[in-house]
Amino acid sequence: MPVISYIDAVTEAISEEMGRDKSVFVLGEDVGVRGGVFRATNGLIDLYGEDRVLDTPLTESAIVGVGIGAAAYGLRPIAEIQFADFIMPAVNQIVSEAAKMRYRSNGTWQCPMVIRAPYGGGIHGALYHSQSVEALFTGVPGLKIVTPSTPYDVKGLLLSSIRDNDPVLFFEHKKLYRLIKDEVPSEEYTIPLGKADVKREGNDVTVITYGLMVHYTLDAAKKLAEEGIDVHVLDLRTLIPLDKEAVLEATRKTGKVLIVHEDNKTSGFGAEVAAIIAEEAFFDLDAPVSRLCSPDVPSMPYNSKLEKAFMLNPEKIAAAIRELAEL
Amino acid sequence: MTIDIVMPQLGESVTEGTISRWLKKPGDEVEEYEPICEVETDKVNTEIPSLYNGKMGEILAQEGQTVAVGEIICKMEVESETVSQAVESDKPISKTQERNEADTSMKHRYSPAVLRLAQENQIDLTKLSGSGKGGRITRKDVLHAVENKSAVSIPAKNVTAPVEKRKVKETPPLEILVEDKIVPVSSIRRTIAERMVKSKTEIPHAWTMMEADVSGLVALRNKYKNDFAANGIPLTFMPFFIKATVDTLREFPYVNSVWAEDKIVLKKDINISVAIAANDALYVPVIHQADEKNIFGIARSLQHLIHKTRNGNLGIADTQGGTFTVNNTGSFGSIASQPIINQPQVAILSFESIVKKPVVIDDMIAIRNRMNLCLSLDHRVLDGLTAGQFLARVKERLESYQVDTAL
Repeated sequence: MPVISYIDAVTEAISEEMGRDKSVFVLGEDVGVRGGVFRATNGLIDLYGEDRVLDTPLTESAIVGVGIGAAAYGLRPIAEIQFADFIMPAVNQIVSEAAKMRYRSNGTWQCPMVIRAPYGGGIHGALYHSQSVEALFTGVPGLKIVTPSTPYDVKGLLLSSIRDNDPVLFFEHKKLYRLIKDEVPSEEYTIPLGKADVKREGNDVTVITYGLMVHYTLDAAKKLAEEGIDVHVLDLRTLIPLDKEAVLEATRKTGKVLIVHEDNKTSGFGAEVAAIIAEEAFFDLDAPVSRLCSPDVPSMPYNSKLEKAFMLNPEKIAAAIRELAEL
Repeated sequence: MTIDIVMPQLGESVTEGTISRWLKKPGDEVEEYEPICEVETDKVNTEIPSLYNGKMGEILAQEGQTVAVGEIICKMEVESETVSQAVESDKPISKTQERNEADTSMKHRYSPAVLRLAQENQIDLTKLSGSGKGGRITRKDVLHAVENKSAVSIPAKNVTAPVEKRKVKETPPLEILVEDKIVPVSSIRRTIAERMVKSKTEIPHAWTMMEADVSGLVALRNKYKNDFAANGIPLTFMPFFIKATVDTLREFPYVNSVWAEDKIVLKKDINISVAIAANDALYVPVIHQADEKNIFGIARSLQHLIHKTRNGNLGIADTQGGTFTVNNTGSFGSIASQPIINQPQVAILSFESIVKKPVVIDDMIAIRNRMNLCLSLDHRVLDGLTAGQFLARVKERLESYQVDTAL
C-alpha cells in the first residue's frame, strides 16, 4: 500500500472523485495554475482543464457564493479557502445560505458543497495563518464539520464529504500536511461522517481530541506509557455530526476525560463534549472533565517563543494527563 | 558550553528538511548569521545560519539525511551567557507532583463513578485505601476491590458504614501548641468514643423529663441507711431507682427491647446496665435478672459491681446482656441530662440530683425533695406516649415510697 502524506491524500481524493464524477469541480484562489499555495490541487488543471479547476479573485464571499449557486444547480463544488483565517467574508454565505438551503426550501433544494480550509498553527504563520475557526461553525445547524488527523482519514472522509448532499466544512490542519505520512489505499474507499475513531486503547485516562492534537496526544501517550500511565485516545474525526456514542463509550472506559484542542478554550468545541459527558455519563466519572486548549487570546503570535507558549505540545498534554492519572 | 543546534522551521506546513551539504566542519570557527549548512525541503532550498558566535561541534545529521523540525542536527561550542536564556526557556513544562503519602485530604471525596460502583457492588469505602492524590479512592481502587470483594464488602444488615464514615470525616486541621499536653487515646476511650458516635448517629434520640417528689423515699432511705451499713452494704438511692425502673419495665415490655432492623426483640430478662465512672473511663456493668431482686439484693449486686469496676476486675459476663440502662447523674450534682442510649437497648434513664424546692401542694407552699428523671428513647421503637407512660409510672413508684414502706 502506498505511503503518502496528508496533503497528497487531499489531492488524491479530489482527483479520484473528479475522474469519477463529472459534476465535481474545484474553485479557489491560486488552485489552478499554481496548484494551490500548499499544492493541494497540484496538477489538477492539467488533468481536468480550467473549466473544472477555477482560479478565482481574492473574494471568499464569491468563492463560496458561486459554489452555493453551482451546488443548487446540481454540481458538486469543492471550494478552497486558502487559509481558514480568510473564511470570515464568506460566513454570511455559509451560515445564511448553504446551511439553510435544504431547510428553508422544505427539502426541494440542496447544497452538496465542500469547503476546504487549512487551519491551525505551530507553523510560524502568525495571526492570519494560524487560527482554528471550527467553533465558529459547530453551533450552526445545517453544516457538517470534518477535522481529519491522518492521510487515511483524509481520503476516506473527503470522498464522503464530496458525495454528501449537504454542505461540509473540511478543515485540514496545515501542520499535518507534510508531517504525517501513512498507508493509504490507492483504490477508493469512504469513511462515514459522524464516526469517531479510537486511535489508541488505554485504561487510565481518556483523551478526546481531533486534528494535529491527535498526534501530539499519541506522542504524549507513548511517553506516559513508560511511566505506567495507559492513555485511551479518541479522535473525533468529524465534529458535526458528533459521534456521541463513541464519546460516552470512551468516557466509560476510564472515568477520567481530558479534552484537548488547539482552538481556544472558551466556547471551544470541547465545551460541548464536556457538557454531553456531564449530562449522560456523570455516574461514570472518576474525575472532573478537564480541558486543555489554547489560551483565550485573539490569535497565534509570530514571535517563536510566544508561539511555543501558545501552542499545545506533547509535554503540555502529558502533564495534563499525568495530573488526571494521579488524581 | 556546548549547545544543540536544531532543524529550524522553514516555512508554513514544512515539518522536515534534508541536509544537502554541511558548510562547516567540527572545529571550525562560526560567526553569528554565518551559514552552517544547506537544507532542502519540499517547499524551499535554503541555508541555515548560525544564531551564535562559536565553534562547530559534532555533526549529528549527515548529508542526505532527512530531519524533523526541532531535531538536533549538530552541536556547537559557545560562550555560556549568550545562550543561557534560550536554553532555560526550553525546559520541559511537565511538573512532577511530589506525592505526599501522609496527605489524606482527598480520602473521603468520592467521585460519582466511585460511589456508584461501591453501591452496586456493596463495597464499604471506609475500608479501602486510596491510591489517588491525597489518598483519594479511585475508580480503579473500587474495581480492584470488586475483584477481591470479600475483604471490604458490607455484610448484610451491617449498619456501621455510615457511622464510621461520619466519624472519620470530622478531622479539621488541629492546632497543637508546645504548651499543650498530648494524651494518647486508650483502647477503652476509643471504644467509648466509637460506641457513643455509633449510638448518637444511628439512633434517632428523643428526650423527655419528669420531676418526681421523692420526699418519702429520702425519709425511707435515711431510716434504713444505718441498718444496711451494719451489714456492710451502703444504701444509696440507686437501689430504689433501679427497683422502681425494673418493676415498671415489666409493665412496658417495649422499653425493655432491642432494635434489630427488621424486627423488635422484646427481652424476657430484665438486666439493668448501670453507668459507673471509674479510672477516667465509663463502664456499664450489668445487674442480671434485676427483677428477681429486692432492694437488699440490688444494693448488694451494685456494691459488688462498683467494687469490681474500681479495681478493674470486671469480667466479660459482668458487662454483657443489659436490656436497659440507668444512670445516677445526680451523684455529681446534675439536675438534667440527655443520656446517650446504650446500644442495642432502646432507652436510658438518668436520675438527677435530689433538690429541696418550694412546691405548691393543695394550694399551699411546701418544701419538698424533688428530683428530675430524664429519659432518652430510641424513637424507632418507642413513641412519646409509651415513653411518657413508662416514665410516669417510674415517677409514681418513686413517689409511693414512704417512711413506713416495708423493704
